[in-house]
Amino acid sequence: MVAIGYGRALIRDKLIHVNAASASGDHDARTSTDTEVRMQLVCPAGNLPALQAAIAAGADAVYVGLRDETNARAFPGLNFSDAELQQGIAHAHAHGRKVYLALNTYPDSARLAQWHAAVDKAAVLGCDAIIAAELAVLDYASRTHPAMARHLSVQSSATTAPALRYMHERFGISRAVLPRVLSIQQVERLCETSPVPLEVFAFGSLCIMVEGRCQLSSYVTGASPNRHGVCSPAKYVRWDEHDDGRRSVRLNDVLIDRFEPSEPAGYPTVCKGRFDVGGETFHALEEPTSLNTLELLPRLAKAGVAALKIEGRQRGVAYVTAVTHTWRDALDRYRAAPDAWSAQPAWQTALTRHAEGHQTTLGPYHRRWH
Amino acid sequence: MKLSLGPLQYFWPRERTLAFYREAAHWPVDVIYLGETVCSKRRELATRDWIDLATELARSGKQVVLSSLALIEAESEVGVVKRLVAEGYGWIEANDLSAVQVCRERGVPFVAGPTLNVYNHRALALLMDDGLRRWVPGVEQGHALISELRNAMLAEGGAMPEVEVIAFGRLPLSFSARCFTARALDVPKDQCGFRCIDYPDGLPLATREGKPFLRINGIQIQGEEITDLGPELPMLRELDVDVLRLYPQAEGMAEVVAHFHLARRSPQPPPRIGARNGYWFGEPGMQVAGA
Repeated sequence: MVAIGYGRALIRDKLIHVNAASASGDHDARTSTDTEVRMQLVCPAGNLPALQAAIAAGADAVYVGLRDETNARAFPGLNFSDAELQQGIAHAHAHGRKVYLALNTYPDSARLAQWHAAVDKAAVLGCDAIIAAELAVLDYASRTHPAMARHLSVQSSATTAPALRYMHERFGISRAVLPRVLSIQQVERLCETSPVPLEVFAFGSLCIMVEGRCQLSSYVTGASPNRHGVCSPAKYVRWDEHDDGRRSVRLNDVLIDRFEPSEPAGYPTVCKGRFDVGGETFHALEEPTSLNTLELLPRLAKAGVAALKIEGRQRGVAYVTAVTHTWRDALDRYRAAPDAWSAQPAWQTALTRHAEGHQTTLGPYHRRWH
Repeated sequence: MKLSLGPLQYFWPRERTLAFYREAAHWPVDVIYLGETVCSKRRELATRDWIDLATELARSGKQVVLSSLALIEAESEVGVVKRLVAEGYGWIEANDLSAVQVCRERGVPFVAGPTLNVYNHRALALLMDDGLRRWVPGVEQGHALISELRNAMLAEGGAMPEVEVIAFGRLPLSFSARCFTARALDVPKDQCGFRCIDYPDGLPLATREGKPFLRINGIQIQGEEITDLGPELPMLRELDVDVLRLYPQAEGMAEVVAHFHLARRSPQPPPRIGARNGYWFGEPGMQVAGA
């Protein structure tokens, strides 16, 4: 067992414990009596200023991507050059925090070498883990850089103990990020049966479809989140202002939505547009809203969730600072006095201010969601 | 070239489903995929019924593959996969990693369904070690991508498994924990009343300009267009595609099967009976006209 400093407190590295347990054939890694384990706060960083802001606001780890299609937020103007990544890792490590590199898209055969090179880069630059979904990428990482931790990306859509077991036995993953499709009861149950510690989404834009299994953007534009790392690429988005002040937005000529002059409009994705079903026009798939699980924090902690993930590498420094700070405060107060904890209105206000459409939901964690 | 009937994506009444497969037993298809791939609450046919149907169809000389859910959330749903595997029918269509692992643990061969996300030859080879015998590429993988994968596999001295391409039907584009049919009808997901039984070809969704766009099918979203790769048969042959998958639609499937059966024996490609599939040409899936 090793102890690793996270700046605020020493915690034990549960991952190593799990690997040792699984090597001895004991899959019930959660039998750990490690009372020191606390939930890690994993925050997004679309660029170096965001990374520094996340660290300053109390992130235990940040996740980042390279400036190409190897990660699922391959938007222009986002992500890290090699030099920035090196700087970011140095900054994080100087503060006792971690950097995870997302390599969570799906390379086709011709481009596989590019993903392999990205894995090598992560190892050379000293990333604490890669976050990957694709079998060949995980396989390459496990064989070439076995000492670098491999976290299973949400893009892998692993929702069950057998799926997690597959990735653990095959590629030695030491953590898995759960897709945003499970109810809180299902998350709790999976914590009991998973061979690896689990990370869940705590806050941020809600991906309505099973991650890694959505071809809506691809169907319309030909560019796919899985292959190109982008949903609704900006070059296919067209806003039209009408004389009466209304606006309409198209994705590759498909009308996604129309807005009244005073109506706020978010980034246009197919799943958050308004369409006609049975003669009624409404958000047929999902309203613009963000996931917010703050009120579930005690249940997630008791279930043994290893890490909470904040979504939003495409968001700015103000978002990263405010959201990280809020969750840090919530987590610290929970840790100090779990029984006295309750979700404070000020936290919820701060989070709602940064939510899509200024509204939040418990999403699939809640059975009533439909 | 073999023909397959892909799994029934919609929710049809029990009698209609049984009648459909009674007919299909006499159609010139070689492979029939059976089972629920979309929503575990759809139980007009229980797991036992699907297995009985499989027994019956296997007797009529078809290769039967039992398909599993694309999104498995509950342990009871994993239990269904285990039951399908335990039945010893032969092959399972694994539409997610849970099913891959169950097959791997029990040494049962499987077909990698289109939602399994196999994009390159290394991933395919890894899954072949686990028991993959046939691969159905994901919907967005067209001629160039499949060809590239195949060449890479052969260049590294590997052998391709059987390849099955979606040749006819509405493309399964996405899956969610939300039931969009329930949402459209404003009923709670847990008390949905199985209303998707009223939409044997899914519930149409159009843009605000009235342009038909997608189909809502419970937790699944499909493209509106019924895609048809018939005219692309020469390309499919050149790629060594082994199986053409035809997804059941509510009407006219006997004619669709007859059309493809004729086409596979003819040197001339058939006329198009559905929509062009843009994906096949490396374009957006919904691009029905040639670029």
